[in-house]
Amino acid sequence: MDCEQAIYRVYHYLDGELTIWRRWTIRRHLDKCPPCAQGYDFEIELRQVVSRGCRDDVPADLRRRIAEALGETRSPESRPPEPR
Amino acid sequence: MADQTRFAELAMPYMSALYSAALRMTRNPQDAEDLVQETYLRAYRGFGGFQEGTNLKAWLYRILTNTFINTYRAKQRRPHEVDLDDTEDFFLFRRLGGLEAAAAQRSPESEVLENIPDEMVKAALEALPEQFRMAVLLADVEGFSYKEIAEIMDVPIGTVMSRLHRGRKALQKELWEFGREHGLLPATDASTAEASGPDGASGASGTDTPVSEPAPETAPETVARG
Repeated sequence: MDCEQAIYRVYHYLDGELTIWRRWTIRRHLDKCPPCAQGYDFEIELRQVVSRGCRDDVPADLRRRIAEALGETRSPESRPPEPR
Repeated sequence: MADQTRFAELAMPYMSALYSAALRMTRNPQDAEDLVQETYLRAYRGFGGFQEGTNLKAWLYRILTNTFINTYRAKQRRPHEVDLDDTEDFFLFRRLGGLEAAAAQRSPESEVLENIPDEMVKAALEALPEQFRMAVLLADVEGFSYKEIAEIMDVPIGTVMSRLHRGRKALQKELWEFGREHGLLPATDASTAEASGPDGASGASGTDTPVSEPAPETAPETVARG
């Protein structure tokens, strides 16, 4: 496997979507090619930055509205007991 | 068949993730709130059809996605959207000096990543055309598998892979441009200092190398504009 093939497949590797054989060939390339290995590490880090950067707090009002809407559609006896 | 009385208990923990996804889809806080509320009500009404033991999160995302497409897509504003010109893999890494710097045992790119603010990540993702934005969101933010994304978006797995491949590259390009505009990334493009990496990857490879997209998608460039 050359660098270009490895770089192309690295995303599927990261996604956990490769067969054992393909994973092994990529791993073998990364182990002997430091530039590609650093690129791989960079992609992992970038994905964490993207994932972490896309979190938002739910407005309390929305949470309350949904809880109320769901509560209202249930019969009273099926509601969990109020915490004491 | 799922027990409807347990719906709130099972589904409420996903609200934060669903709300974030709704924000990325609608790009508008009011629409995102309405979309999440509508999703919960539809999911509650349809909960009898949910197979308990299967993936509730994916099921909720499917309802979110359908509700978005049927109700909110029509009123989407279309701000600046990144073009999907073909860019290479490892786009950002290469711009930051990546392959050459790595070969020379220098590694400036990690610090750069740490400096990218959340707002910039959100703006870059929101700039992607909808189909690509959804695929990247579902895979890279929510961690769904190709198969789950295919079911959520109701497209073949090959289409998911194609959208992810192009969407991720476009996201990197967008981050690079945002970052430079705001002075968060170096002004110089390290990848132009030397045309190719140590691998000489310039686009040409063996004729039997499947570096083309895994599956064709019908005219993805022209997707849902206007």
